[in-house]
Amino acid sequence: MSETSAYQGATATPYEPGFGDYVQLLKPRVMSLVVFTALVGLLVAPVSLHPVEAFSAILFIALGAGASGALNMWWDADIDAVMKRTAKRPVPAGRVQAGEALAVGLGLSGISVVMLGLATNLAAAGLLAFTIFFYAVVYSMWLKRSTPQNIVIGGAAGAFPPMIGWVAATGSVSVEAILMFALIFMWTPPHFWALALFMKEDYHAAGVPMLTVTHGRKATRAHILAYTILLVPVALGAAVTQVGGPLTLAVAVVLNAGFVIGAVRLWRRDEVMAQADNYAAEKAFFRFSLLYLFLHFAAFLAEAALKSAGLGGW
Amino acid sequence: MSFRPEHELHKRRFSRNLGVGLTLAAFVALVFALTVVKVKRGDPMQGYDHVVQPSSVPQEEAQP
Repeated sequence: MSETSAYQGATATPYEPGFGDYVQLLKPRVMSLVVFTALVGLLVAPVSLHPVEAFSAILFIALGAGASGALNMWWDADIDAVMKRTAKRPVPAGRVQAGEALAVGLGLSGISVVMLGLATNLAAAGLLAFTIFFYAVVYSMWLKRSTPQNIVIGGAAGAFPPMIGWVAATGSVSVEAILMFALIFMWTPPHFWALALFMKEDYHAAGVPMLTVTHGRKATRAHILAYTILLVPVALGAAVTQVGGPLTLAVAVVLNAGFVIGAVRLWRRDEVMAQADNYAAEKAFFRFSLLYLFLHFAAFLAEAALKSAGLGGW
Repeated sequence: MSFRPEHELHKRRFSRNLGVGLTLAAFVALVFALTVVKVKRGDPMQGYDHVVQPSSVPQEEAQP
């Protein structure tokens, strides 16, 4: 029996997932951050690629990130359905079958790794494969549900894209690539813990052992401050390497001062104060964290542009 | 020869099929562009056509 004739006997028309539903599996908002940081990693590298190779590299790094997002949605469909923030994702909302998400994730993982290897080099492809494995298996399947340090270690997956961009251009890892990785790695915990402070019910309901759930909110505020302070030398260190310069250093000083002040402010607050103003400081800190990362990488890019114009750089 | 009327299923899946089609076309174009770039930037190559080509002979063998 053909597929069409099978449908002729059906009384109710089933929901037909559109192309957009499958695109949603790839977490487009996360992909945009991946594209930006990978692009910066690739453009600030001392070796330049042909524009077609560079475009392909960024596209397949983004596709690899999207594939790991689809694998995450397949695995986490049960907890996504419980959390308000994620309940409308294609799998928990019933628009796409979990098996389809798995197939899309595995298929795109293979395509992205092979194509990145062909477009650039094997080291970049290997790093992308490791990133997908780390996010889908180490973070999603293992750490997320087992330890409150889940986002600390899992944050590495989000930190790899600029390093992959750098390796795609140069073929090897250097101190600049490691510091760009470390910048996102150290930034991730304060960013997500600030979110967890004002999305408390979500993680509670899903039983995800976020720090706010396991160690309480006071400990979370202390952790945010600790990681924000640890982030300072990483950010300033990156600014004094080959990818930095006076502009990057100035941006890093201002942004880190603002981030530390924000973290101290959160640390000094308690739940009564936070509830009184509906977590205004926590939300402001979360928004600033997004700006923090964007401006840091924008500064690397601006420094590279200045350098090519004979200005900037050390 | 007559065209069969479009089935309702095809109408429902049109956007998905169009998206997949355009994505595949873009992928083919990208692979083609990459191939052109790789070939142009690669090492000089010559096809073997049963004709002696002095430029292909290593220097040591060419000199007596």
